[in-house]
Amino acid sequence: MPSNESVSQSRILQFHNCYLLFGHNLIKEDLWVREGKILNPRKLFWDEKGYADVKINCNGMILSPGLIDVQINGGLGYDFSSEHEKLEKGLSEIAKYLLTHGITSFCPTVISSEKLFYPKILPKIKKTKGGKEGAGILGIHAEGPFINVQKRGAHLADHIISAGFPGGFQDALDVYTKDGFENIVICTLAPELENASTVVKEMTQRNIRVSVGHSMANLSQAEEAVKHGATFITHLFNAMLPFHHRDPGIVGLLTSDQIPKGQQIYYGIIADGIHTNPAALRIAHRAHPKGLVLISDAIAAMGLPVGQHHLSDQLIEVCSVDDNPDVPYKATIAGTQTLCGSVGVLDACVRHFKEASGCSKVKL
Amino acid sequence: MRLVILDSYCDASTWAAKYVRNRILSFNPGPEKYFTLGLPTGSTPLGMYKKLIEFYKGGDLSFKYVKTFNMDEYVGLPRDHAESYHTYMWDNFFKHIDIIPENVNLLDGNADDLVAECDSFEDRIAAAGGIELFIGGIGPDGHIAFNEPGSSLVSKTRVKTLAQDTIEANARFFNGDISKVPTMALTVGVKTVMDAREVMIIITGAHKAFALYKAIEEGVSHMWTVSAFQQHPKTIFIADEDATLELRVKTVKYFKGLMHVHNKLVEPLESTQEKKKQKMN
Ligand SMILES: [Zn+2]
Repeated sequence: MPSNESVSQSRILQFHNCYLLFGHNLIKEDLWVREGKILNPRKLFWDEKGYADVKINCNGMILSPGLIDVQINGGLGYDFSSEHEKLEKGLSEIAKYLLTHGITSFCPTVISSEKLFYPKILPKIKKTKGGKEGAGILGIHAEGPFINVQKRGAHLADHIISAGFPGGFQDALDVYTKDGFENIVICTLAPELENASTVVKEMTQRNIRVSVGHSMANLSQAEEAVKHGATFITHLFNAMLPFHHRDPGIVGLLTSDQIPKGQQIYYGIIADGIHTNPAALRIAHRAHPKGLVLISDAIAAMGLPVGQHHLSDQLIEVCSVDDNPDVPYKATIAGTQTLCGSVGVLDACVRHFKEASGCSKVKL
Repeated sequence: MRLVILDSYCDASTWAAKYVRNRILSFNPGPEKYFTLGLPTGSTPLGMYKKLIEFYKGGDLSFKYVKTFNMDEYVGLPRDHAESYHTYMWDNFFKHIDIIPENVNLLDGNADDLVAECDSFEDRIAAAGGIELFIGGIGPDGHIAFNEPGSSLVSKTRVKTLAQDTIEANARFFNGDISKVPTMALTVGVKTVMDAREVMIIITGAHKAFALYKAIEEGVSHMWTVSAFQQHPKTIFIADEDATLELRVKTVKYFKGLMHVHNKLVEPLESTQEKKKQKMN
């Protein structure tokens, strides 16, 4: 009996009865994987004389690459921006939870925090590769504190540095610290703040993706940031000036003709069914489909069951939709109708977006 | 010689697949005793392959202890080219079943030494103990594998230059560009197939009717190479109604009268699954 170990030390998996995206079409085709890499099955068969050790029946589902959530503030009761004692435990539990929803990597998002807090949190959120124990951490998304206090959303005014960067890039370094900086991959800032352009440029040179958001910027200020290297918009429509036809603000970047050649602008959008109206989702999608990035922007209540929960000195209520009493849908401050952040997991956002935008399974 | 006539292509394919299934199951192959199977390509056997895959997926049949030998392959065509027989076999059969790649034998049309490749193919068949069941399809001109009209009936596996007709007919698979069509192929010989312990030929469609007539109602002729199997002690032709159009009514009636006998051959045997169940009890 020929042994398969003659061709490989590690197991070869064959996913079958599944659909794969190939050449802009969903085709029914099997997928072979060895050591996390996709194999050319013909080479395996004809040259290596190898075959699958394990066949996995996908029951006719789509086999897609893992989802990436570039903006997630916490979950399962943990908040990345407040509880540094339980941070590591929270990160690993959330990583595991995300994996069960098809999210294979994420950017833990740290919102505007007290200056003393940054050196305690940022160095602890290390990049991880991810594996069966949980989704990988791509790096931190530092959202603030260099944002506009008038568009602070849920960020505390006391933590926001409205003065911007009078001392240039050093100001950013002072807040995030050198150790902390190493773990940051995305930084959300308001481009209208003093010296923002210089800082955008410096960060871009250090391979940090700069995202514009929580901002009162007009279009030309936003374009200036893009010219200096910014490539992303933080939760489009939320915490920015509303679209105005004489100055469309940051939203105008979607159709701007000032984007440097070869550069592409992407935008995060919360498609949890609550934070962005379906019509607004469609406007963004139709204006600039290639730049669309679904994000959850989920808070600590994500992954908690329907009901009331104590989260950072607040009693919040996770509610469901009527026809699905067990599925968390939105979070409000208990006893009120005030939304306190998203509890939609990214896979639910994908489903909602597909429904709301009317896009095909293949093409967003 | 047996001729089994079914109503449609679909029925013929199912019948052929059941026959193959039963032959493998009753052979009871195992690590010490492999079932050796000769395989064709082309549009005719597609339906049979589909059914065999269904049997495998349903747990009724395993190819773990089956060795396969394919009839032919083009010379100089990249292995993964859409029209290569490697691609055909991979896409339509091998990737769906549990065959062990080591047990698959397919002529390498890109071998440095084509003659040596052909000789070694015959050696591999011999080493496997000969072929238990060779399945073939035929062309409208009655050729089996690339043994085109005029081929020797005692030929073995060898390099063949394709007939101009075949090259022209194949151009449709190469965007109509005749310059891209391979002009040579490696093919088993008529004798290679004759040496199998049993031969099964599937013939379907009205365009093959004349070939079927030549195959069974006329004498043995090297101009209709498939006719050679009249002299094989164990040959079974599987045809659909359309393919019998050129046969005499008498011939068709005779063989149809035998269908109740033939159908016994494809009645469900103890399937692999049932055997497993028995073991567990
Ligand atoms: Zn925000």
